[in-house]
Amino acid sequence: MGSVSIITGNQAAALGAKLSNVQVVAAYPITPQSQLAELLSQYVESGALKAEYVRVEGEHSAMTVCISASTVGARVFTATSANGLLYMHEQLHWAAGSRLPIVMCCVNRGVGAPWSIFNDQQDSFSQRDTGWIQIYCRNNQEILDSVIQAYRIAEEVYAPVMVCYDGFVLSHTMMPVEMPEAGAVEKFLPPYKPHSILSPDNPKTINSVLFPGRRENTQGVLCDGFMEMRYKLQAALENAPAVIKKVSSEYTQAFGRDHGGMLWEYKSGDADILVTGLGSVASEATVAVDILREEGIKAGVIGIRVYRPFPRADAVKAFENARHIIVLEKSISYGYEGGLCSDLKGAFYGTGIKAAFDNFIVGLGGRDVKAREIVDAVKSSISSAERDPSNAKPKWLNCFTG
Amino acid sequence: MAELLYGVIMNTAENLFKINSKEYILPGSRACQGCGLSLAYRFALKALRENTIVTLPASCLCVLHGLYPLTPVTIPALNCTFASTAASASGIVAGLSALNKSDITVVAIAGDGGTFDMGIQALSGAAERGTDFIYVCYDNEGYMNTGTQRSSATPLGALTTTTPVMTKQQHKKDLIKIMEAHDIAYVATTSPSYPIDLYDKFVKAKKIKGTRYIHIYTACPPGWIYPPRDTVKIGRLAVETGLAVLFEVENGRFRFTGRSKTIAEKGNRLPVISYVEKQGRFKKMSIEQLNQMQTWVDAKWNEYLRRAEG
Repeated sequence: MGSVSIITGNQAAALGAKLSNVQVVAAYPITPQSQLAELLSQYVESGALKAEYVRVEGEHSAMTVCISASTVGARVFTATSANGLLYMHEQLHWAAGSRLPIVMCCVNRGVGAPWSIFNDQQDSFSQRDTGWIQIYCRNNQEILDSVIQAYRIAEEVYAPVMVCYDGFVLSHTMMPVEMPEAGAVEKFLPPYKPHSILSPDNPKTINSVLFPGRRENTQGVLCDGFMEMRYKLQAALENAPAVIKKVSSEYTQAFGRDHGGMLWEYKSGDADILVTGLGSVASEATVAVDILREEGIKAGVIGIRVYRPFPRADAVKAFENARHIIVLEKSISYGYEGGLCSDLKGAFYGTGIKAAFDNFIVGLGGRDVKAREIVDAVKSSISSAERDPSNAKPKWLNCFTG
Repeated sequence: MAELLYGVIMNTAENLFKINSKEYILPGSRACQGCGLSLAYRFALKALRENTIVTLPASCLCVLHGLYPLTPVTIPALNCTFASTAASASGIVAGLSALNKSDITVVAIAGDGGTFDMGIQALSGAAERGTDFIYVCYDNEGYMNTGTQRSSATPLGALTTTTPVMTKQQHKKDLIKIMEAHDIAYVATTSPSYPIDLYDKFVKAKKIKGTRYIHIYTACPPGWIYPPRDTVKIGRLAVETGLAVLFEVENGRFRFTGRSKTIAEKGNRLPVISYVEKQGRFKKMSIEQLNQMQTWVDAKWNEYLRRAEG
């Protein structure tokens, strides 16, 4: 058993990267990620972490450095928030397309314009379709453990992993975190083995241009075309839930902590009403559920831990008996609704789940989402459950909408 | 006279013989006929030799490297996105260093669009950090891979597909000066029309630690509109007229090299019209623009002369 420290989410992430023995760090400061970038530079400069730290001139370059360093065979780490993540967007596709096991923390923050430094999840939500695995954490312990798990997952699936946690709510909030022992982490996380190394020992041109069809190599072997490579990325992500669950259960065996594989449940067994969300908002919902249960309302929480790949099979099982589903989201697909709400509805199509849905857009730009407000949202949702569900628009919690 | 000629030939032959005879670009590249870049890249790789890793963005060079799964190039290469060439090199350098592989030369090669315009942030960042790599800009004065659009390296008065009527209204950006302002270990300009000059500079750059910048003036037959057989000739005229100047700056010390050194000594620089009149891209250049270009070149050249004198 390791020791317990009272640390912030950013400290937990930095310690997770350090325990994972990352070899190259490239980072550019942005609120609320900055403390993480600073801590890693301290580790590297003091010799506590043997790694190259590239103090890049922007996030696009931060991800580029990770891509190239990973291609020559180094384990890499970076972290960012909000507009920094969006500035990386092109490189996020490039990282996933290159099938590189890069791990990045996204310290979730609202995206400008107008400026907000405070938390929501529009940043990582808008990178949903880049081919990255996305894990959402609900406390600082989970951040540290998820970073370590992320390397195991990434290096087995050959896909990059984004470990997301809420800015300020977790990044700057101190919580007790149990520190795994370095030796045990090394045992859990073997050294990185790249799928192909860029090296003069075996010269090749990596990521060259492809035409629409497949083409033969010099030996007459028909090689993958662009579409086959895209299929393989999709297939890898479709198979990722099995890897994520395996890694999670092995982590539990090694360190005694279980954060759930694809999702986690709270008092959901007998619940008629299930509240769901990503990250700390789902954690807050557990407090709301306790209040609701005291009032005789049978509510529970399903926390979606991995948003991509989407936990379809697990969600169908977890929501099986729900009569009423309330989706709390700190992001929105403008002109429609929250992405998680859409995804759940899609996952339940053709199954026996006929639950009513209510989608609440909450906490944008750091707007408070207190347990009491979630309780009120659940109650108002129950009383309006009779309305036509095909015409339901998302509701804005704790927001003046005229 | 015969004796003098013999001496020149022997001198050239001696220089040519020293060039690594191994080829790193096999026949059958996808570059255009008469491509200045393919000449430049051939001699650059000969100088850099096997223990090299190249990174390159979407560009003419990416086309030269061929379609997956085939490539004519026998040096390992990593494609990167357009804005990221120098950052990609930074990542390779950091990764190799983390793995204790310190003997590999890392080379980033991009065109003028990927250097002067979109890649300048990553390049400036990498240079400021003193990243141990060679950055090569092959400057064909426009977005040639996408069909000859204007870049900030396009000269005044040139027709491009995005300045199709009015011609380019501004002078070329002096990126070399910007790179010098980074106080990096080595800055050099060269041209594949003078392969020995090019080869020597890459051999020298390979031995130097820190950030090295090599600018290659690269003539482009389809973009500049001249017959493919004239690539070497057009490249020479650029130097003869002073539009391209061969020099190197080591530890802040400026030195003319090759043909530019001779021109500086003899003062026999040709007027820019001798270069301009050979290319279709300048067919709409006005007399005023021609005069402006001559004045601009004269001023640049005089500045170089002053620097050469110390």
